[in-house]
Amino acid sequence: MDILTEIRWSPYVVGVGIGVLSWFSFLILRKPISCSTSFSRFSGMIEGLFRGRKVEEKPYYQKVKLITDWQIMLIIGIVAGSMASSLLSGDFRLQWVPSLWESTFGSAPLIRIVVAMAGGVLLGFGARWADGCTSGHGISGTMQLAVSGWISAICFFAGGILMAFIIYSLLG
Amino acid sequence: MDKIKTTKTNNEKRSGLVWGLLFGIVFGFLLQKGGVTKFDIIVGQLLLTDFTVLKIMLSAVVTGMIGVYFMKGMGWVELYPKPGSLGINVTGGLIFGAGFALLGYCPGTLAGAIGNGYLDALTGGVIGVLIGAGLYASLYPRLNRGILKKGDYGNITLPRLLKVNEWMVIIPLSLLIILFLFWIEKRGL
Repeated sequence: MDILTEIRWSPYVVGVGIGVLSWFSFLILRKPISCSTSFSRFSGMIEGLFRGRKVEEKPYYQKVKLITDWQIMLIIGIVAGSMASSLLSGDFRLQWVPSLWESTFGSAPLIRIVVAMAGGVLLGFGARWADGCTSGHGISGTMQLAVSGWISAICFFAGGILMAFIIYSLLG
Repeated sequence: MDKIKTTKTNNEKRSGLVWGLLFGIVFGFLLQKGGVTKFDIIVGQLLLTDFTVLKIMLSAVVTGMIGVYFMKGMGWVELYPKPGSLGINVTGGLIFGAGFALLGYCPGTLAGAIGNGYLDALTGGVIGVLIGAGLYASLYPRLNRGILKKGDYGNITLPRLLKVNEWMVIIPLSLLIILFLFWIEKRGL
């Protein structure tokens, strides 16, 4: 099975594969694929370890229940699937600083981690505010022709392109 | 009777968890093979120098759209378009975008990046996303009384908005996306 040990597949093969996966998600799970809700659940569950069941009383966790559901398993599956793919192709490697970052801002891990964390805060906050992420809105929402999906996807990229140009063209 | 009912829902729940894991494994495998578990590829897209992300997303959207609307027409599946508003999707989307560029991963590819061994994703990335999501949960009641309600359009879809048959949107949109992808390839991006 040479195909499994290849480092990269054509983006169109991958895209069509994700599209077909989404058919089965509608057929079997009766839900579209989406990722970011799980991070709310993880976050609430961790907060619950410190503050107890009171966390569940927050209005947001009445809406997004703090349960282990298929979406949480989906996230765990993504980690496993990506690890399997990268181990099979020899593309797995432990790395603190991505090369594009290193060529602009140097190889110090701490700066990269701090910026990643700041980005993560905005990403997690924005995903919940927008009620979805690149999966839930960007792929699943747009394929259902949802207005919410198309508007969100356009804003994800508009905000992302703007911020990327600020960081790498003006600061870098 | 009650006992039978509970067992059934428990079984359904358990099979849902197993399916979720299997879908995740396939999804993660595809994301890694596509290269989008990598910071350089994602930020390259946002800098408009590498179009891998859009190639994957748009071909997934065309494939998915044709399939799910066909299955809906056959009565096999239901669709679940999310409700939204300008306050929700524009504001949240722009904040998300800024985070997307700084972190260099989105929630799904963040999980994929962890599987690929990327430690900036595993440490700063995950901690940040969990803080951000928790912060939102705390601010939600206040936001829900104000900005989230602005410019509400519910769970409307493009065909309903334009008052046309679904395929009158799907066919031209698919052709437009395919043309765009050909143009991208022709320009060598």
